[in-house]
Amino acid sequence: MNAATAVKAVMSDAELAVHIFVQWPSSFGGIVLRGDGPARDEMVAFAKDAIGKFGSVAKIPSNVDTERLLGGLDVTATLSTGQSVMRAGLLDSAAGGVVILPMAERVATNVAAHISQAMDGGDVAAILLDDSAEPDDAPPAVLTERVAFYTDISALRSFRADMPFAKPLALADVQPLNDEQLYAIAATSAALGIGSVRALLFANNTARAHAALNGRNHPNDDDIAAAVRLVLAPRATQMPQSERPPPPEPENDQPQDNEPYDSDKDRKIEDIDLEDILLDAAAAAIPKHILDQIDGATKRGGKGPAGRSGQKQKSARRGRPMGSRPGVPGNGKRLSLIDSLRAAAPWQNIRRQSAAADDARIIHIRKSDLRVRHYEQRTESLTIFAVDASGSSALSRLAEAKGAVEMMLAQAYVKRSQVALIAFRQSAAEILLPPTRSLTRARRALAALPGGGGTPLAAGLMAAQQLAEAAQRAGQTPTIAILTDGKGNVASDGTANRAVAMEEAHQASHRIAALGLNCIVIDISPRPRDEAAELAAALNGRYLPLPQAQSAAMVAAIESLNAQ
Amino acid sequence: MGGFPFSAIVGQDEMKRALLIAAVDARIGGVMIFGDRGTGKSTAARALAATLPLIKVVQGCRFNCDPDHPHDCPDHCDGRRSHKVSVPFVDLPLGSTEDRVLGTLDLERALAHGEKQFEPGLLAKAHRGFLYIDEINLLEDHVVDLLLDVAASGENLVERDGLSVRHKARFVLVGSGNPEEGELRPQLLDRFGLSVEVRTPDDIADRVEIMKRCDTNEQDAAGFAESWASEDAKILKRIAKAKAALPKVETPEAMLEDMATLCKAVGADGLRGELTLMRGSRALAALDGKKVVTRAHLKTIAPLALRHRLRRNVLDETGSTVRIERALEELFG
Repeated sequence: MNAATAVKAVMSDAELAVHIFVQWPSSFGGIVLRGDGPARDEMVAFAKDAIGKFGSVAKIPSNVDTERLLGGLDVTATLSTGQSVMRAGLLDSAAGGVVILPMAERVATNVAAHISQAMDGGDVAAILLDDSAEPDDAPPAVLTERVAFYTDISALRSFRADMPFAKPLALADVQPLNDEQLYAIAATSAALGIGSVRALLFANNTARAHAALNGRNHPNDDDIAAAVRLVLAPRATQMPQSERPPPPEPENDQPQDNEPYDSDKDRKIEDIDLEDILLDAAAAAIPKHILDQIDGATKRGGKGPAGRSGQKQKSARRGRPMGSRPGVPGNGKRLSLIDSLRAAAPWQNIRRQSAAADDARIIHIRKSDLRVRHYEQRTESLTIFAVDASGSSALSRLAEAKGAVEMMLAQAYVKRSQVALIAFRQSAAEILLPPTRSLTRARRALAALPGGGGTPLAAGLMAAQQLAEAAQRAGQTPTIAILTDGKGNVASDGTANRAVAMEEAHQASHRIAALGLNCIVIDISPRPRDEAAELAAALNGRYLPLPQAQSAAMVAAIESLNAQ
Repeated sequence: MGGFPFSAIVGQDEMKRALLIAAVDARIGGVMIFGDRGTGKSTAARALAATLPLIKVVQGCRFNCDPDHPHDCPDHCDGRRSHKVSVPFVDLPLGSTEDRVLGTLDLERALAHGEKQFEPGLLAKAHRGFLYIDEINLLEDHVVDLLLDVAASGENLVERDGLSVRHKARFVLVGSGNPEEGELRPQLLDRFGLSVEVRTPDDIADRVEIMKRCDTNEQDAAGFAESWASEDAKILKRIAKAKAALPKVETPEAMLEDMATLCKAVGADGLRGELTLMRGSRALAALDGKKVVTRAHLKTIAPLALRHRLRRNVLDETGSTVRIERALEELFG
């Protein structure tokens, strides 16, 4: 027991996960190793070595095609020999073992689907090497859902390959978790907002495996805590509430079979203690980038279909190749020569037989053989800044808003997204800058932005909405950032009437919310006011009070919105 | 995961009910399951297929022909011996090509012998069973179109380069998907008979129970199946009885009127809503061992049959289920 705790201190969770996984790959589905580094190479080498003793290890390149993956007839060999030559697929040859997927974040959906099917059948486990650079990039969810462990090893220097454990037990020799322990896992996963049942099952297995590694027949709290850190924490979708609602009353539940959890009250109190400890463990183990995402996700209320950037769109022209499909080239569709030839290949003998005697063609191609390329592209994002340039939102803030837009633009340039700028002041809103990626034009427009006058908030919102809708029609994903103090005082007909102006602004924001657009309201009044927060609520968007607007903070807030 | 007994699935009553109805009356036209990953969608469909009684199949026939109902089989399997197999369950992977789904030229024959022969696709494999498609919303639209066409007609027709094959393909289509990751076109959604929304059980006790059952299953699959065998047998009996009783279930005129009124009230487009309500209520009545459709059946089936057919109102974010329940409340109290 002492030795085990000492070992844990030197061994990182990532290493622990690898050690558990290689012992019983099929019980855990797999592991994600995120981040490149010397430790990862050591880990992979170690896993290959360890698993190679009882199963096969196959590497699947991320650009693998379905034929290679599933196997089947070897077209080239069959054509050249005149006899059918079958080739085993990578998945078949890996049956009972492990597949390694380098650059798993780039694996095509159909490849991921086939691998996940094999994982469902318990045929293979997968090591997913995740090299994503962006925090919101990740291997396909069909795969990550089916693996138990998710580890970020970018900060890990080296890997301890020597087995720091005494003699691990067989998994079957470890007793099942008792009711308290199961209850603790279930409650913790609920508190972390984990919906999937697979996570529960993986956590259960992990606790037992951890006990087995440590030579324990009966899993103890350490084992449960390890399961929570390794399996549950990385899947958290919400931060556990520090102030716990009263514990659910299992007493009222229909007694399930013969094991009620309500047999005695004392036990329940113990559960809650354990749960608290587990939640703390989980909170400490939740990876940083997930925390950021959680932060963004819980504050963002929009549920519209148009919201997130990174929505994928199928396209015949641009983007990442997604294979080919039957079709005639033209209209911007491009012929996929290899796939067309491959489609025609099997028919050659048949067509030659039925061809006219004087037909000297070497290859018989028909229209039905033609294949065109098919691409998938990420939609471009557009951030629309609607800046309140009225007298009320103090001119000093305007300078900061300008700074933020400029920084955003510099980022957009890198990310190939666009920016538009709307100013509303005096009696109307004006589009100062139509969607653009040009740095110089944007700077010029910004510098020329004057301030002062009333606040036609509704007009500003409507202008933003129009731009956003136009962007959606063009296939872009718009985000609206409104920099205002929320105090509209000019109605859309240009008259100064505070009541009418606020009512109109309210209606305009509801229309935007109904469209499901991503919104953020940045309060630029000297002291945060209710008006801007109400506006954010009506827009179903985020509210960011920025008494002393700092451009960097503002950019970060908008970025996190875009990242969803 | 090995076969998990259907009756051992904790909770998810609506999904189980929808699958049972589809098993009783295949004409219902498929079940669409909305929900997050890891909520037991494929487990339930797979379990039901495994629970159903073995079917008689002509030996060696690649189209799962029923020896008692011979028809034009491309394999000309008439008069051959038959054997019993379990109900087919085909898991259609995302990214499947048209060729793989519909069937295509048998490559081996074509290349090695220069013969033109048809190689059946996944549709033939799924004949008389279940075709399960995970994340159907991410499947290419043209493949979904094909699938729904075949599911509706019960027949697959392949015409290419003088290869002309027609074979039966009757299956229960079960699609699943997470609407947040991309929506299915309304026209396609409308063609699914029933739809259900599954959620992970919030109840901790249920979650614990799930862990226990899965763990027991993993440790000793045979023993676990054994302990649930009698429950599964009950379900089987219920389905068989319902199937036999289905043609005799009566639908009173008043109920038909109720169905039409409901569809009109919630604004479900097209006639498919009414038809599904009628068939679904009947199947449900049959499952309950009743001879006449009552309002209770209608109320139970309405959300399943209609929620995916409502036109979305941009200004009203109320969920479809709530809208249906509200209409039920207003109309029938």
